[in-house]
Amino acid sequence: MTGTSFSLPPPTPGGATSNPVLRYGIWVLVAAGLLLLPQVFSSGLAISTMCLMGTMVIFALSYNMLLGQTGLLSFGHAVFLGLGGFLTAHAMNMGADGLFPLPLMFMPIVGGVTGLAFGILFGAVCTRRAGTAFAMITLGIAELVASSALILRHVFGGEEGISVDRTELPQPLGIVFGPQIEVYYLIAAWCFVSMLAMYAITRTPFGRMCNAVRDNPVRVSFIGYNTTTIRFIAFSLAGLFAGIAGGLTAINFELVNAAQMGAAESGTVILMAYIGGTGFFAGPIIGAVLVTYLQLMLSDITNVWQLYFGLMFIGIVMYAPNGIVGLLAAQRPLLERRCLHRMIPYYVLALVPGLGALAGLSMVIEMTTQLSVSGSEGMSMSLMHIPFEADSVVPWSIAVVLLLAGGYGFLRAAAVTRNAYDTATADRRAG
Amino acid sequence: MLEIVFVSTINGVLFGMLLFLMASGLTVIFSMMGVLNLAHASFYMLGAFFGFEISRHIGFWPALILAPILVALIGMVVERFGLRRVHRYGHVAELLFTFGLTFVIQQVVEMVWGRLPVNYVVPPSLNFSAFTIFSTTYPAFKVFELLTAVAIFVVLLLIIRRTRIGLIVQAALTHPDMVGMLGHNVDRIFMLVFGVGVALAAVAGVIAGPALVTQSNMAGLLGPILFVVVVVGGLGSLSGAFAASLLIGLVQTFAVAFDISLADLFGPLDLDNALGDYLNDIWNVTIAQVAPILPYLLLVLVLIVRPRGLMGMRDT
Repeated sequence: MTGTSFSLPPPTPGGATSNPVLRYGIWVLVAAGLLLLPQVFSSGLAISTMCLMGTMVIFALSYNMLLGQTGLLSFGHAVFLGLGGFLTAHAMNMGADGLFPLPLMFMPIVGGVTGLAFGILFGAVCTRRAGTAFAMITLGIAELVASSALILRHVFGGEEGISVDRTELPQPLGIVFGPQIEVYYLIAAWCFVSMLAMYAITRTPFGRMCNAVRDNPVRVSFIGYNTTTIRFIAFSLAGLFAGIAGGLTAINFELVNAAQMGAAESGTVILMAYIGGTGFFAGPIIGAVLVTYLQLMLSDITNVWQLYFGLMFIGIVMYAPNGIVGLLAAQRPLLERRCLHRMIPYYVLALVPGLGALAGLSMVIEMTTQLSVSGSEGMSMSLMHIPFEADSVVPWSIAVVLLLAGGYGFLRAAAVTRNAYDTATADRRAG
Repeated sequence: MLEIVFVSTINGVLFGMLLFLMASGLTVIFSMMGVLNLAHASFYMLGAFFGFEISRHIGFWPALILAPILVALIGMVVERFGLRRVHRYGHVAELLFTFGLTFVIQQVVEMVWGRLPVNYVVPPSLNFSAFTIFSTTYPAFKVFELLTAVAIFVVLLLIIRRTRIGLIVQAALTHPDMVGMLGHNVDRIFMLVFGVGVALAAVAGVIAGPALVTQSNMAGLLGPILFVVVVVGGLGSLSGAFAASLLIGLVQTFAVAFDISLADLFGPLDLDNALGDYLNDIWNVTIAQVAPILPYLLLVLVLIVRPRGLMGMRDT
């Protein structure tokens, strides 16, 4: 009832393949993908979006060093993103004045060192406790830093923040970093290096000890390791990479303000890591890309996009605790036995009522919004290009029927699907 | 001076008691279920908004009863169909579930009542000044808030000390597994405790709403302070939560009352270089301005000196 050991589902030992072609080939593919992406999505909007995604991938991966690998739930990870960004911005402004002659491409190092330094400072306080107390202390430190930012105006620039001009720095290779595409390649390079470094850390004995501290801290103590020290190192390293992400954010936006280290940003990174799947190295990457994309897309089409986010997050916590990558990884045993095709009808069966319920839910949400907040603008609205009145009976009945029938159908179909999945994987073992 | 001290003390005790109304529910839920309900402040906000909506239609007094009951029902539904399901995935999942709930509740509140403050005012029957001390008139509503909070505190204390339910709750604080083994319906106790816990937060919302600003960000403003209270007091310790609530209530109200900076005490700094600019920020900040960060400073200090919190017993 009260044991607070933070147990996550054990990650599958994917990636631990002994085949060197597979092992290194995947990184070559990632590098090639990063290089080719701007050729495929070449619009200005797409490149800015990918820049943002790149920084968020580093940020989410650094967060997963804590949550996924060491079992530490932090509510203040954006502090390192913000502090790294501020120090990088100050360094860039000094660089523009000729006081700090570091080329722009190495500026994220400043962010990383800042993140590491504050990681060591705050880690010394936080990591003395684990579990819920750790989570609350990180929350407290995040509030402390965010509130201090509004008091120390010269360091944090008050409400408006610190702005920089990335083109004014020394340009040793003749790269000005004016066009967004040059910034994209800078972010992609740092993203690749950080991904590689963080993956390498998970393969070291230290990375394994982190997993051990997550799974069974008592046993780790008995073996003779100091759990506090391991948590402390993991926390500092996570700060380092979050600081790099912060430095890149400062370069990307040419502006840093206190909102970047607020509770909202710390919450977003939890969403990214968990929606993607904390038990897998690729999870936070997928999560960061997906959440960033949805944030930009949903905020264009609905006012209450954060509600959809919250509901999606709760849905994942309740029904798919291994995240999206976890769902994909669950297909692996089927694929190995070549019986995935047997499951596909079941997935379709579950998907159809699920989509119906989703449509009903979003109708209820959008109509409620129209009725209450946007009520002054009249009751006429449209969803999927179908116009209707938000206060009439017909759309409400359609929405409620869709929601209830779809929800019920989905739950039934999900149970059937789960049985079929169990049978299929059991077949595999028997055969 | 004496006036400031007197008024600040009453206000501090009042704020502290409101904090304890919430912290007590949070602590009991945590002790029994091992999960810190991050959405606790959101239920406080729901209480305030329900209080506003009900008092607009049928008056403040029914709202004081109905709003907490409604919130308790919502809380029990959340426990029964959400938390209980997530429980099997471990405590991280439980914490994250309540964390997601804060998002959803805030968004729903914004969806229904908007982002701007609603006009939740002191009921006319309590809108007079209770007494005048020195030159300050003290509003009767604040006295009512204080009395309500104290009354609930006393009732809660009596229930926990004198009744059978209290006995089980008390046992669950220290020997949670044993209570289950003795054949109590632990699931139902959890659901009830969760319901009562969030109802207490809702009461705090109903009575604090008119005095503070009833707005969709009120949960985000109060939540972190609430968690500071339970950690400083020691996770799972009711008496610790009580002490920490009063301590933080008093520290905050006293800090707000003193508009003094280091510059007022020692004179302005005469530094013209860049470092002087940074130092001036610290030198000129008043105690009132740092009031919002004092609870967090207190948290860090307490944890350095006493990692378990003031009265924490269990190393969770």
